[in-house]
Amino acid sequence: MTDAGRAATGRLPWQLLVPAVVGLAVLLLPLVGLLVRAPWSTLPQRLADPTVREALQLSLMTATAATVCCLFVGIPLAWLLARTAVPGRRLIRALVTVPLVLPPVVGGVALLTAFGRQGVAGEWLDTWFGIRLPFTTVGVVVAQTFVALPFLVLAVEGALRSADARFDDLATTLGATRWQAFRRVTLPLAAPGVLAGAVLAWARALGEFGATITFAGSFPGTTRTMPLAVYNALNSDFDSAILLSLVLLTVSITVLVVLRERWTAGVGP
Amino acid sequence: MTALRTWSVVAAVLSLLVAAGCSDDDPAASGGSDTLTILAASSLTDVFDVLADVYEQEHEGVEVRLTYDSSSTLAEQVIQGAPTDILATADEGTMQGVVDEGLTASDPVVFARNILILVTPADNPADIASIEGLNNPDVDWAVCVPDAPCGIASEEVLGIVNVTSEPVTEEANVRDTLTKVTAGEVDAGLVYVSDAQAAGDDVQSIEVPEASQAINADVIAPLDGAADAELSQDWIDLVTSDEGQQALEGYGFLPAS
Repeated sequence: MTDAGRAATGRLPWQLLVPAVVGLAVLLLPLVGLLVRAPWSTLPQRLADPTVREALQLSLMTATAATVCCLFVGIPLAWLLARTAVPGRRLIRALVTVPLVLPPVVGGVALLTAFGRQGVAGEWLDTWFGIRLPFTTVGVVVAQTFVALPFLVLAVEGALRSADARFDDLATTLGATRWQAFRRVTLPLAAPGVLAGAVLAWARALGEFGATITFAGSFPGTTRTMPLAVYNALNSDFDSAILLSLVLLTVSITVLVVLRERWTAGVGP
Repeated sequence: MTALRTWSVVAAVLSLLVAAGCSDDDPAASGGSDTLTILAASSLTDVFDVLADVYEQEHEGVEVRLTYDSSSTLAEQVIQGAPTDILATADEGTMQGVVDEGLTASDPVVFARNILILVTPADNPADIASIEGLNNPDVDWAVCVPDAPCGIASEEVLGIVNVTSEPVTEEANVRDTLTKVTAGEVDAGLVYVSDAQAAGDDVQSIEVPEASQAINADVIAPLDGAADAELSQDWIDLVTSDEGQQALEGYGFLPAS
């Protein structure tokens, strides 16, 4: 409220207002287009199509699994970057952010060269354990984890940096091991950052397309997630593509709104 | 001073936007009619690349812009308004969708035919001897999506030979299917004879006799709103000429009739 009051003195400068409105239009018009062109009359039949449910289930499952994977390896990685003097820390941080700027399809090619059947690690996985990642649901989770992990690491690292490290020191001087201090003090203090990072990572995993189709292929039920189903529908039935897009949009907005309310409830006014 | 600077920045941004708008939205407007934009089925990749060189030599100053993808993807792009002079699809059904929308300038012409074949990586890691080998549960194989012409033909052939196992992936177009094989990521894939030939030593080909019951026709049509109808017709004439037909045959395509 106070922000609005401060801005109210003087006219709104058109130099800011016009670009702002243009920016808003660029963001909102495509969404309006989806709603206007949506096949509302045939919506119920189309929604009942088992392929929609199949793709949605797969997407929710893989995005959630990828988020869990991200939490599992991402929090320790963030802790390493924020709280230790591990050598080459700046380089590690730079490397962690690479998937953030890498085009996802390049990520897919890179994953194939690493975990494909002929890949540097994939060949061993195949011959030693008979594990093949490409074209499997696990492969989808790997691709999604690859692209989503940086979001989680950066968010958690930021939270760890802004949280006061002296609490940890205090805990250890009071006799806690570093692991206990991490679990009982560090992590709870960084919880909002962890949650924010998890939501970002989940949203990124849900929308993953390029790395998935390149690394995991596209087959209904095993690897064809919602974004791939949208792409697939584009080839045959534009209305279906719109419908699938709407479903994906609704799911992501719902989850973000619900989580946002939960987590601002504890923090905001 | 400040107002002046603000203005000049706004003007610069606007002029950039206008310039970008011109060059991006309407290539024909800035370049006149000296580009020929062709959307072609991915199976035509190699042969159309060669024919584009021939065409550009015969038409000085004309640039041929080729885009390859699944015929169904390209047809949908045309229907959604992609500025295109010529569309070449790998089957007649897909082209018919564009004809039905009233977007073709004249009737499509069949200029070649294509037949499916099974390919494996060069070392045939799963020891596949015939298409029935796909039923082995240890064999990972790839196929085109059922909407693409190669996918439609594959479905037919697989039905005839009674393959009941499922592929591990449905690729968007035939060249993506081929790539999964040449990269060694799958044990086998169903592609066109012409694709197998283009891959050369990177694949081993296994004939599928039943494929002769699902031969696709490659069709081409000039589109309404082509920048220069004459340039479009010249391309179609080249493809259907003796030179074009020989090039197609050289890449493993069957003659149109």
